[in-house]
Amino acid sequence: MSSNGNAPTTRAGKAADYLDQRTSVGSAVKEFARKVFPDHWSFLLGEIALYSFIILIITGVFLTMFFVPSMALVEYHGPPATMDGQLMSDAFASTLHTSFEVRGGLLMRQIHHWAALIFMAAIVTHMMRVFFTGAFRKPRELNWLVGTLLMILGLLAGFSGYSLPDDVLSGNGLRITDGVVKSIPLIGSYLSYFIFGGEFPGDDIIPRLFTVHIFLIPGLILALVALHLFFVVLHKHTQYPGGGRTDKNVVGYPLFPVYTAKAGGFFFIVFGILALMGATMAINNVWSYGPFDPSPVSAGAQPDWYMLFLEGSLRLMPGGAEFVMWGDWTVSLNVLIPAVVVPGILFTFLFVYPFLEAAVTKDKREHHVLDRPRNVPVRTGLGVAFLTAFIILALAGSNDLIATHFHMSINTITWVFRVLIFVGPWFGFWITKRICLGLQRKDRELVLHGHETGRIVRFANGEYIEVHRPLDEQERWLRVNYSAHTPLEVEPATDSRGVRRKGYAQDKRMQRLSRFFYEDRIEPVTPAELAAAHSHGEHDAIAGGEHVEITSGAAVGGGRDLVEPDAENDGPPRH
Amino acid sequence: MSDYKNPRSPESSHREVGHREEHGTLERFPDPGMPEHQSRMSDRDPKAAKRAERQVVLLFMVSILGTIASLIFYFAFRPDGTTAGVRTSTLSLGLAMAFALLGIGLGAVHWAKALMSDHEKVDERHAIASDAETRQGAIAELTAGADDANIGRRGVLKGAMISALALFPLTIAVPLVSSVGGDWNVSKLKHTMWEPGTRLAIDPSGRPIKAADVTIGSVVHIIPDVEAAERETHEWITEKSKAIVLLVRLDPRDLKADQSPAGETWSYDGIVAFSKVCTHVGCPVALYEQQTHHLLCPCHQSTFDVADGAKVVFGPAKRPLPQLPITVDDEGYLVAQSDFHEPIGPSFWERLK
Repeated sequence: MSSNGNAPTTRAGKAADYLDQRTSVGSAVKEFARKVFPDHWSFLLGEIALYSFIILIITGVFLTMFFVPSMALVEYHGPPATMDGQLMSDAFASTLHTSFEVRGGLLMRQIHHWAALIFMAAIVTHMMRVFFTGAFRKPRELNWLVGTLLMILGLLAGFSGYSLPDDVLSGNGLRITDGVVKSIPLIGSYLSYFIFGGEFPGDDIIPRLFTVHIFLIPGLILALVALHLFFVVLHKHTQYPGGGRTDKNVVGYPLFPVYTAKAGGFFFIVFGILALMGATMAINNVWSYGPFDPSPVSAGAQPDWYMLFLEGSLRLMPGGAEFVMWGDWTVSLNVLIPAVVVPGILFTFLFVYPFLEAAVTKDKREHHVLDRPRNVPVRTGLGVAFLTAFIILALAGSNDLIATHFHMSINTITWVFRVLIFVGPWFGFWITKRICLGLQRKDRELVLHGHETGRIVRFANGEYIEVHRPLDEQERWLRVNYSAHTPLEVEPATDSRGVRRKGYAQDKRMQRLSRFFYEDRIEPVTPAELAAAHSHGEHDAIAGGEHVEITSGAAVGGGRDLVEPDAENDGPPRH
Repeated sequence: MSDYKNPRSPESSHREVGHREEHGTLERFPDPGMPEHQSRMSDRDPKAAKRAERQVVLLFMVSILGTIASLIFYFAFRPDGTTAGVRTSTLSLGLAMAFALLGIGLGAVHWAKALMSDHEKVDERHAIASDAETRQGAIAELTAGADDANIGRRGVLKGAMISALALFPLTIAVPLVSSVGGDWNVSKLKHTMWEPGTRLAIDPSGRPIKAADVTIGSVVHIIPDVEAAERETHEWITEKSKAIVLLVRLDPRDLKADQSPAGETWSYDGIVAFSKVCTHVGCPVALYEQQTHHLLCPCHQSTFDVADGAKVVFGPAKRPLPQLPITVDDEGYLVAQSDFHEPIGPSFWERLK
């Protein structure tokens, strides 16, 4: 600015000029200040995840000021009275000190723990939103991978932090980890030594987890969050379908001032609610469990919610799967399958799904308008199947609580879950797909015949009909604006000269998969169908029915789909 | 007349009735364009706008009051080391903090929703891919760079560079790996500190226990008898993690079987001692059901039958809990005959080697 002679005079102007001459911040502001973001409540889920992460960093820094990541044993003297005089690690003692003697310490601990639970819940629900609306489609497949990695890192962050106070409960959690690691063929014992610096528990694990929890994982999360948001800006946000919203535009409000206020304000709302939770809801009162001792264990202990699925998976597996193979090598499939293979399958599904769907759809276009979940029944069904499996495993992780709360046999509950884990996802898929197809048919019905108005009209010939009010064009657009993909067509096995074609088997497999996705589909209503419905379709479809000729000016149409005309535009009577 | 011929008109209204023949010519419905903007109360009524403004101011004031309250509570409630004192301090500081934060958050959002312009804007999207010209330019730059460095013709150089890069992490990895697993002696997993003659002591007091002290139906948590000072070290916690034992005295008539091989007796007068470390993933198996003689692991519900050699009757464990062979010494104290005869705890690849 100053170079062309218009030297700024105000203080803000001078500061901006100083900055711009050194950073060219002006072009960045011009580019991004009024960038448009669409508005929808479900877009807040990702924001909650981001804000809980910031809150985790703020409260976490507070906690590191007082936490001592050491397993050196000390005789503790201080509150509470039940812990006074006990032998415990520095880690546990400093946790007690933070909770009882640092003002606001317990508040920060509780906000930190609640924020971790909300962080994971927000990530999972955000992923559900992205999955069910197809926001992972081109060009956002890579960002889906980044997000899935963030979810896994979130699990690790939660797990490593949970173990830091070195209490009985988290100690047993580490012990389970040790058992799982040992089940890995060939390298299990060595991997266990690698993690614990020798035998379990040793005196290295807390300092190691501390480094992992406060440096390695948050560092990776920060880097990936930056990448995640960079992609959001690069791709511009997706938007829900609606009039005027296309794959070529983005409709919404500008970053400055609307989203600066809304998103900035929302950070404080999330923080405020977490403060409320930390103030009023006790969580992880480690002094009631006591310092780690390998002997005691309490019944009804549960891991944090996001780990329940692994716990449930371990609980469901029958022990018979362990065997000793030739050479006297022990293979603990009873641990390996539930703790390594099952999460492996779940995570693999998340990683490959966008690419699988793209392959069976042969769709190379960019998508920025979201799908309504009903319009992609198989995807929605698969998502529900996945969630069903996740929820059944999580419930199985609480089978002891279910047993004691509902006075049921734990063996029966476990057996029911063993069956459900196979039947449940299948049933979830089937019923969801049916519901989606039903909703699509309902949409067609609405578009073709309009809303029921509840107004009953009697004709001169004695017939009663209900008047239907046609959809306005925004309502209709929402219901017709999608494409029902069809299964892939493959080239024949032999070319025109009868020579067998390479790659045919692969194409055929892809086609079978594609059929699974798109064989059952409901096409959107076309203008021709709508016109036909109003001129004759329904009317003629009443087989053998009485053909009622209606010439009333008040109601136009026939059969069950009478259409109420616009007041200002009475169409000519039919026929 | 037909709106389908005039798709972008936002004013177009719904007119199916009439002119139906023309509709059939279109394959898809056209985009009706943006819905009509609905103005808010605060746009139409200056009083409502003023009211919203006052509400926002009020919310920001609530935040300021929350912060002030937080400072007051900080001085008013000193934690006195009791649970009640900590609860008061946590609750008051937390509530004040929540008001301080929610005041700002709700104020800002209310401001945005009620007073800032709510006219939606439209930005164009551009294809993510760079255009053909840019791509060609990029390829040209890369080719030029590769030519400058003569990468194509210097195969040995390329190989040497890649080898050097691939090898150098060893300078960090080798020292790390050599020490990160302690002494890497995984055979320690197969032994515990139980030795012939080690007395069984009560956990956590460490007092040795006599056979006569154990009544039928009772269950005792056992650790090896060691010096009290030794029990205050970290090595002890690691050893204890392997050595913990659960001792149960059954009516000898109820004891169907134990794990004693032919010619040996590992139990003593109905008293059996089993490793307390679950053979599934290693939780302490601590819940004993007197009526059924079942031991239940609270972590994953593996259930072992104490009256039948601690065999698995339910759950994800496969192997029975290893039995500690016991007997009594001259003074009537329970002692171990030997260490466990197999590795305790979760299975691992080389446990039988």
